[in-house]
Amino acid sequence: MSVVGVLARITIRGLLGRRRFLLLLPLPLLLIAAATIGRISGVDPSRWADAVLSQVGFAVVLPLIAMIVGTGVLGSELEDGSAVTVLTTPVPRGTIVLTKLAVAIGVTTAATALPMFVAGVIVDSVRLGVGLAVGAFVGTVAYTTLFLALSVVSRRPVLIALGYLVIWEGTLVTVLSGVRWLSIRQFAVAVSDRVASTELVTGTLSSLYAVLATAVLAVAATTLAIDRLSAYSVRGETG
Amino acid sequence: MSAPTVPDTRPDAPARAVLEVRGVSRWFGNVVAVNDITMSIGTGVTGLLGPNGAGKTTLLHLMAGLLQPSRGEILLSDAPVWRNPAIYASLGLVVDREDTYGFLSARELVEATAALHKLPHPRAAADRAIAMVGLGSAADRRVATYSKGMRQRARVAAALVHDPAVLLLDEPFNGMDPRQRLDLMELLQRMGEAGRTVLFSSHILEEVEQVSQSIQVMVAGRLAASGDHRAIRRLMTQRPHEFRLASSDDRALGVALLRLESVTGVELEPPGLLVRTRDYGAFARALPPAARAAGVRLYQVLPADESLESVFSYLIEGGQ
Repeated sequence: MSVVGVLARITIRGLLGRRRFLLLLPLPLLLIAAATIGRISGVDPSRWADAVLSQVGFAVVLPLIAMIVGTGVLGSELEDGSAVTVLTTPVPRGTIVLTKLAVAIGVTTAATALPMFVAGVIVDSVRLGVGLAVGAFVGTVAYTTLFLALSVVSRRPVLIALGYLVIWEGTLVTVLSGVRWLSIRQFAVAVSDRVASTELVTGTLSSLYAVLATAVLAVAATTLAIDRLSAYSVRGETG
Repeated sequence: MSAPTVPDTRPDAPARAVLEVRGVSRWFGNVVAVNDITMSIGTGVTGLLGPNGAGKTTLLHLMAGLLQPSRGEILLSDAPVWRNPAIYASLGLVVDREDTYGFLSARELVEATAALHKLPHPRAAADRAIAMVGLGSAADRRVATYSKGMRQRARVAAALVHDPAVLLLDEPFNGMDPRQRLDLMELLQRMGEAGRTVLFSSHILEEVEQVSQSIQVMVAGRLAASGDHRAIRRLMTQRPHEFRLASSDDRALGVALLRLESVTGVELEPPGLLVRTRDYGAFARALPPAARAAGVRLYQVLPADESLESVFSYLIEGGQ
């Protein structure tokens, strides 16, 4: 098996074996259940779709899963020291980071874009489903690269990620409108809005900006993660 | 403090250093874990001896490129080890405290490591490494179910799978039973004889003496001594020591002690005696009978040079 194949297999097995990850499995189901309940209720989707798709899908399900997966693929191994097994091989650090990132994006996309698509179809149409899935994918790329980089840079990646999600995206965006230009959630919603072209999802940013900002963020965060992993130091020991 | 270096006069003494540590220090905040160490490690087995907290693990991490020196540099075959993953093609590391992928079986772990080293036949290399550490049928069980000794052997197999020229091991005998310990000692000796460079840390003098001819002694982050194991032991037991004694009759005890061959000087320093000896072990053995013969009761025996004493006495305790 190739180096990338071995790294990917170890990463997936490690990720799926962590209890923290399994705890999040109900989240996508919650989203689909909320969409189904809304649909069955007979109330017009324009009155509740935003609450389900944006407030639950883009604001909770997507970032939480991306956070657990993004900080888990590499950060957990750095935290418990098992990464030393891989780090004491001549595999280039760029290969390690990119493989872990690919696994993180793949798993997060499967766990978010898929249920978002299903929810979109239930709420309105296949087109809405596709729009939500594409938006979720863009959000996945941005969130996972950011959180993976955080997990290499800091020993407290989950805390910082939660701070970003709750304080920056949850609170500051509503108070200071300029903050939305640096909000991953707004990137995802903007792209969904553009692709779905419906009143049920309304973004405040241009989709072109959202895609470009995501690309810039992904490249910068990945470069940072590779550089920091190259200078990775085991924890301080005095033994 | 400069480290006493004992000339290595063995006929098979290492011809050239593979691992060069040049003026390396590493501190964590205000704590200096490794303090201005310079050493050369050549082929064969070398023991890194020191009490817990001496900085052995930090030094091994520095040598393995897993820590950046705060000062100085470390070279492996003339290439810097820091930020240089290429060194791992010829270096294997067995760490004591880090976890490993517990959800893999030892065979999967070693085979994955072989694949990451891009070995042409990872499966065969893994089988060979597992056979070397004697994991046997347990190799197909998940590492998480292993005892500490078995886990250690799985780590050794993973570190050996690419047949590295240099092998670094941090307290490799920890948690092993006597049989496993002996097997690993033999394995390290075979590797040393085959021209590999093996460096392992330990806090037990006997362990180091059994496996390696060459010893580096670390105390409080510094290199305290280096050289042949017999000379190191002599250095530890026969260096000048001072003791403060208190007894029922200091004057009579002083007279009695002056007759001992191991005692080089006695001073009456109220409230007791200051005794100088050149042989710690011989003095320790001779003191009680000498006091008894003089009819003196001993109240207190304290090493006066406390800083290094605790370490050396520790090493000597281990040797008896």
